[in-house]
Amino acid sequence: MSKPLSFYRSYFLSKTMFLRRRNGTDSSKTRVADPNIEKDGADNDDKKKDQYKMPQRRNYGSKKWSCWDNCCWFIGFICSIWWFCLFLYNTMPDSIPQFVTMAITGPLPDPPGVKLRKEGLTANHPVVLVPGVVTGGLELWEGRHCAEGLLGKRLWGGSFGEFYKRPLCWLEHISLDNDTGFDPPGIRVRPVTGLVAADYFATGYFVWAVVIANLAHIGYEEKSLYMAAYDWRLSFQNTEIRDQSLTRIKSNIELLVATHGGKKVVVLPHSMGVQYFLHFMKWVETPAPRGGGGGPDWCAKHIKAIMNIGAPFLGSPKSIALHFSIEVRDIAALRAQAPGLLDKDVLGLQTFKHLMRMFRTWDATFSMIPKGGETIWGGLDWSPETETVNNSAKKGTDNSTRNTGGNGNICDTKGVNYGRLISFSKDWAETHSSKIERVDFKHVAKGDKLTNSSNCDIWLEYHEMGNRAIKAVADHKVYTAGSILDLLHYVAPKLMARGASHFSYGIADDLDDPKYDQYKYWSNPLETKLPNAPDMEIYSLYGVGLPTERGYIYKVAPPSDCSIPFQIDTSVDGDSEDSCLKGGVFSGDGDETVPIISAGFMCAKGWRGKTRFNPSGIRTYNREYKHAPPANLLEGRGTQSGSHVDLLGNFALIEDVLRVAAGATGEDIGGDRVYSDIFKCGHFCRHFGMSVKFEKTGFEVLENVLVSILCVVLKKEHKEMTSH
Amino acid sequence: MASVLRFRKLCYVESAVKCTSVGYESFEIDEKLDEKEEDVLSANNFALEINKKRKQPKRQPKEWRCLDSCCWIIGYLCTTWWLLLFCYHCLPVTLLRVPELPGPGVRLKREGLTALHPVVLVPGIVTGGLELWEGRPCADGLFRKRLWGGGSFTQIFKRPLCLLEHLSLHYETGLDPQGIRVRAVPGLVGADYFAPGYFVWAVLIENLAKIGYEGKNLHMAAYDWRLSFQNTEIRDHALTRLKSKIELMYISNGYKKVVAVPHSMGVIYFLHFLKWVETPPPMGGGGGPGWCAKHIKAVMNIGPAFLGVPKAVSNLFSAEGKDVSYIRAMAPGVFDSEIFGLQTFERVMRMARTWDSIVSLLPKGGEVIWGNMDRSPEEGHVCDFSKKSHSKTSLTTNNVNNSDVNRGFLVKDLANYGRIISFGKPASVLHSSKLPTADSKEFSRTSTSENFNNFSCGEAWTEYDEMSRQSIQNVAADKAYTTTTLLDLLRFVAPKMMRRAEAHFSHGIAENLDDPKYNHYKYWSNPLETKLSDAPDMEIYCMYGVGIPTERSYVYKLSPNSRCKSIPYQIDNSVHGEDGSCLKGGVYFADGDESVPVLSAGFMCAKGWRGRTRFNPSGIATYIREYRHKPPTSLMEGRGIESGSHVDIMGNFALIEDIMRVAAGATGDEIGGDQIHSDIIKMSERINLGL
Repeated sequence: MSKPLSFYRSYFLSKTMFLRRRNGTDSSKTRVADPNIEKDGADNDDKKKDQYKMPQRRNYGSKKWSCWDNCCWFIGFICSIWWFCLFLYNTMPDSIPQFVTMAITGPLPDPPGVKLRKEGLTANHPVVLVPGVVTGGLELWEGRHCAEGLLGKRLWGGSFGEFYKRPLCWLEHISLDNDTGFDPPGIRVRPVTGLVAADYFATGYFVWAVVIANLAHIGYEEKSLYMAAYDWRLSFQNTEIRDQSLTRIKSNIELLVATHGGKKVVVLPHSMGVQYFLHFMKWVETPAPRGGGGGPDWCAKHIKAIMNIGAPFLGSPKSIALHFSIEVRDIAALRAQAPGLLDKDVLGLQTFKHLMRMFRTWDATFSMIPKGGETIWGGLDWSPETETVNNSAKKGTDNSTRNTGGNGNICDTKGVNYGRLISFSKDWAETHSSKIERVDFKHVAKGDKLTNSSNCDIWLEYHEMGNRAIKAVADHKVYTAGSILDLLHYVAPKLMARGASHFSYGIADDLDDPKYDQYKYWSNPLETKLPNAPDMEIYSLYGVGLPTERGYIYKVAPPSDCSIPFQIDTSVDGDSEDSCLKGGVFSGDGDETVPIISAGFMCAKGWRGKTRFNPSGIRTYNREYKHAPPANLLEGRGTQSGSHVDLLGNFALIEDVLRVAAGATGEDIGGDRVYSDIFKCGHFCRHFGMSVKFEKTGFEVLENVLVSILCVVLKKEHKEMTSH
Repeated sequence: MASVLRFRKLCYVESAVKCTSVGYESFEIDEKLDEKEEDVLSANNFALEINKKRKQPKRQPKEWRCLDSCCWIIGYLCTTWWLLLFCYHCLPVTLLRVPELPGPGVRLKREGLTALHPVVLVPGIVTGGLELWEGRPCADGLFRKRLWGGGSFTQIFKRPLCLLEHLSLHYETGLDPQGIRVRAVPGLVGADYFAPGYFVWAVLIENLAKIGYEGKNLHMAAYDWRLSFQNTEIRDHALTRLKSKIELMYISNGYKKVVAVPHSMGVIYFLHFLKWVETPPPMGGGGGPGWCAKHIKAVMNIGPAFLGVPKAVSNLFSAEGKDVSYIRAMAPGVFDSEIFGLQTFERVMRMARTWDSIVSLLPKGGEVIWGNMDRSPEEGHVCDFSKKSHSKTSLTTNNVNNSDVNRGFLVKDLANYGRIISFGKPASVLHSSKLPTADSKEFSRTSTSENFNNFSCGEAWTEYDEMSRQSIQNVAADKAYTTTTLLDLLRFVAPKMMRRAEAHFSHGIAENLDDPKYNHYKYWSNPLETKLSDAPDMEIYCMYGVGIPTERSYVYKLSPNSRCKSIPYQIDNSVHGEDGSCLKGGVYFADGDESVPVLSAGFMCAKGWRGRTRFNPSGIATYIREYRHKPPTSLMEGRGIESGSHVDIMGNFALIEDIMRVAAGATGDEIGGDQIHSDIIKMSERINLGL
C-alpha cells in the first residue's frame, strides 16, 4: 500500500514541481520581455495571462471530476466501505449473527443432536454412510496433458476447482471409456476417501454434513463414522475390480465392529448408495472368487440396521429421460424458456451431446432405470398410483385446499396414465390403449444414415440410426417400463449391452435359480434374496409431497445433422391448471427424484414379513417425511424438507437416525410413519393426488444456468482446439 | 447501491455548503478567473492570487480532499487490479503455467517403474492436521474445521486463546479435557500440506502418483501427534486402524508387502506400532510373531528421531528454539511485553507441556549415547557457518578484539556437547572437575523442603509457578546437565508432567532385553529398549539430511524478570564462541538436518542394528542414506530439490527416487546400499554400547 501511496505523492509532487518550474520560467520570460511590454501592452498582457492561466488550468482543471475520476472515486468508495464492513464483521463476536437470527425468527429449535444429547443419548453403534450418485467427490490421480498441475485436485464435488476453466478437459477426464466402462488409458480419476468425500457437494451445499454434525453432538467422531466412498460412475462390481471398494468397505466395517466391542454397525445409504449396499450385502456373503467370502452370517454379525434414505430401490424414471435425451424437467423447462441458449447450432454448442456422451459412459446410471417392468410401474392403462383416481383425487383436493389455503396447486391425476413412461404426443398419452396402433420398431433396419453424420464432433449412437428408425421409434407411440428397455436397446445397443452385463431390471420367478448368483442381479431387490439376518432391520426413509417425474411426453426434434433426435415436448400441459402434466412431464408423489413406489414398495410390501425376497423375515419400516418448504431464508434449505438431497437436513429424519444409532429399534422410534398411500394396495399400491408446488430450489436453477454458461465457454475452447 | 449514491450526493451538497460559508474569497477568485475579458491584472497580482489559492486549496469545492484522494487511489488500484486479473484469466491456462521441474516420478515412469508395493506414510509431530469435533462455546462454528495444519491458521489469529485451550490436553490424563474433542484429520489431506504452499508429503505423493499409486495403495497413517503413542490407540484406535489398513492393502494389492515411510516422530511411532502389533491382545494388536515379516517389506525412515532431539529439551524447558531466542534477542519486547498481557511463551509452554509426544523426543540413551560432562561422540566436529555468511561476519567482528592473536593455535573452546544444558558459558566450557555436581538427591532435598511457594500467583499456569525462588536459583547455580541428569532436572521442575509422560515413554538403555519388564508399552518406542521383530527379510533405511548446523546443546541463564507466570530460564543468546567454534547465540551446533542431529538419526542404522545385534536379533538389513544439504539454486526450485533440512527433505529428488525405487520393488543393495557423507561411523565407534 505504501508503494502506491508514494507513487501518488510523487506524481503530485512532480506536477507541482513542474508547475513551479513553469512559473519560474514564465516569470523570467516576463522579466526578459519587460522592455517590450509597452510595445504591445494589451496583447502581451493577454499572453501573460494565458501563460499564467495555462498552468492554472492544468492545475485546477485536472482536478475537476472527470468521468474516469468519478468512477475511480466511486469504486474506491465502495471498496473502502466494503472493507470497513468486512472488518467490522470479522471483529464482531460470533454470537451476534446468531442473536440477530434469534431476534427475527424467535428461538430456533435445537438441532436434534443437541436435543437428544440432553435426553442422554450417546454414541453407541458405529455408523457407515454410503453416498449416492453424483454427491461423492472424485479426484484426479493421473491425467492428460491438459490437466497438468491438477493432481490430487477435485474433479467432481467441492468447488470444482480449476476445472471450470477448461471444460473440455474436464469432460474428457470425467467420462469413462465407452467400451470397457473403466477409465480411458492415461487417466485415473478416483473417489475421494474419508468423510470429506460427501459432506458437502459444492461449497455450502450440504449432503451429509448436517447428519455428521448431529452425530458428533451425541459423541460420534471420526473413529466411529465411516464414509464408504466409491466411484459412483462405475458399475458396482467394477468398483471392486478396479478399486477394491467392496473389500475396503468390508474390512472397514469389520474394523468398526472390532474396535467398538462387537457393536454392530448402522448403515445409512442414500440414493444410489441403497442399491450399492444391497449389492455389497450379497457380495460379501458370496464365496471368495466372485464375492467377499464373508460367510453366510456376515450381515447378521455385523449389521444392526440399514436406514435407506431416499431409496430408489426400483429405479427412477428420471434416469430414462437422462438416458434417452439427457433431459429432466428443469432442463427441459429451461430449454423451453430460452430455446436458443442450450442447443444453438449457430454457436455450435452441442452441450447436450457432450453431456449425453459423458453420461452414457457412466455404467452406474443404468442401475437407476426402472426395475420390475409393468408389474411395478404400471401398464398401458393402469398404474399403481391411479387405481382409484376419482376417489383419491377428490380426497387430495380436500386435503390440499385445507393445507394450502385455497390456492390449490393440486395435481389432478385425471386422465393420467403413469404407466406410459414415454409417449409421443399428448394424445397418445391419454387415449385408451385399445385405440392405439403401435408399430413395432425393432425390425426397422438402421443404417439409413443421417446426412453428414460423420461431421459430427461427438460420437453418439444416435448418429448411427437412420431417419426411418427414428420415425419408427416415434410411431410406436407409447412405452411402458417394460418396453422402455427394448427402446433403449434399440437406440443405444452398445451401451445397453454394456449395461445389461452389470444390471438387470426384471422380477425373478424362482429366486433359487442358480443364474441369480451372478452379480448383475445383486442390486435388484426383485431378483435377490435378503441375507439371512433375522435381527437386522431395514428402514426406508423418504420424503413425500413433492412433484416427482413419473412419465414424459416426447417429440421428434427438428431434424438437424448432429442433434439428439428426441426431446421432451415442453409445450404440452394438462387440460386443467392443476393437472399432473406440466411441460411435457407427468408428475407423481415422491421426493422430487424418486417416486414413492420405488422408495417405499420394498419395505411396504416386497420385504414386509417373510416373503420370498426376505426369507429370514427381516423387519422393515417405512418412515415418510412430508415436505414443508423452509419457513424463511434463514433456515437455508429447510429443516423439514422432503426433497431428495435436502432430506439429509430434515430434523425428524436425523432424529430417527440418531436414535437408532444410539441403540433404539424400529419399534422404539415409532414403527411405520406414513403419509402417502403406499400401504393401501388395490392391485399393488396406489396413491392419491397430493398437493404439489412447482418450486425449484435456487440451487438447481443456478446449477442449470451454470451448466449452460459452462457450455458456452466449452465450445469456444473446443473450436480453438480443433482449429489448431 | 442507491443509498450509497445518495450518500455521495449528500457529501457533495455538504461540501458545497461549506464552501459558501467559508470560502467567500475563493468564490470571488473563481468568478474573476472565469471572466477572462474583464480582468487585466498584473503579473504580480496573479502570482499573489495563485499563492492565495495554494494556501487555501481545501476550500475549493472541486478540490481533492484527502478522503477523495484516498478513494480515488483505492478505486484506481482496484480497477487496475481487476483489469489485470481479468487479463490473467483470459489468457489460456497453458501459457501461464510455471514450467515445473520434472520430478523423479516422470523419469522413473519412463524407465518403466510401476506401483508394486503399497505405501504407508506416517507423518511426524506438528505436521499432521487436527480438526475439531466438539468444543467450548468460543469455538462455535469450527466443527470439523482444521484447528491445526492444512488450511489456514487464520482461526488461530482470530481467537488465539480459544485455540490454545482446545489444542491443550488435560495436564493429568494426557487426553482431551472435558467437553473438547480434537481429532486427527484422516486421509492424505491430513498432512500433505502444513500451510498453503508449505508442502510436507505433497511432493512425494505427487511423484508416487506418477508411477501409478492412488488411494487404494497409498495410505496416510494419520494420528493425533499430541498424545502418547499408546493413548492414540486407547482413544482413537489409531494403531488398530493402521493394522487393519495395512492388512487390507496387503490383501487387495495381490499380497504385496507394504513399504512404510515414517517421518520424524512418525519413526518412533511406527517402531511402537511394530512392537504393538505383535504383542498379544490386551496390550497389543495380537498380530502374532510373524506379522511384520508377513506384511512389511521395508521401513524407510525419513529424518528419523530414533534417539530423540535436543530441540525437545529447550522446548520443554523454556519453550524456546534457536530461532525463537534470536527473535527474542532482537526484539525483546515483542513476546513478553506485559502491556498486552500477552505472555506468549508462557501460554505456548503451558500448551506444549500437556503434549506427551514431546517427551518422547527427549534424548534417549543417556550419557552413553549423548556424551557425558567431558566427552561426546561428536567431539572435534568443526562447525562451518559459511553458508550463513552474514552471521559469520558478525561473529568475526565480535571476535576481533579478543582473539586476533594467533587464532589458529588457540585451543578452541571444545564444544562439550554432552552438557546438554549448562548455566552460563563457564559451565559449558570448564572441565567437569571444576563444576559443582548435580545429582538427583539434591533435587529431592530442595523439592521436599519448599514445595509450597509463599507468594501467590493465583492459578498456576506452569509448574514453574509452584517452584520457589530458591529452588529455581539452585537449579541454575553454575551447573551443567547431561542427558541423564537432564531427566532429573525435568522431573524436578515439572514433576507432574514427567510423571504423566514417563508412564508412556522411557529414555534409558536396556541391560537385558529379555527382562519381562520390557514387554510394557512404555519401552516400545525406544529403540534401545526393544528388540526389532523377527523379520529377516525386512529392510530398515535411515534417510536424513546432513550439512546443516543442528541444535545440540544449550547455554541457559536465569531470565531477568521474576514476576508470576513467567518462565524463569532463557537461552542465553549473548554467548558466542570464538570463530570456528560451534557455539552461537547460546546454542551449540552439530551436524544434522536442522532438527535431528546425525547421531540420533543414524546411530541405530550405523551401529545399533547393523548386523545381528541384541537389538536386532534376526539381522534385519539396515541402510544409511544421507543427503547433503544444498540450498536451492534459484527461486524456481522453491524450497529446494536437494535440500537436507528436516521437512524440506521430503522434496529432495534423490530421496524421493530412492523411496520410489524401493516401492517399485528394489532392495537396499540395488539402490546403492549405504550413502554416507557425515562422520556417523566414527561417531558410532566412539559410543560404547554393548551389542
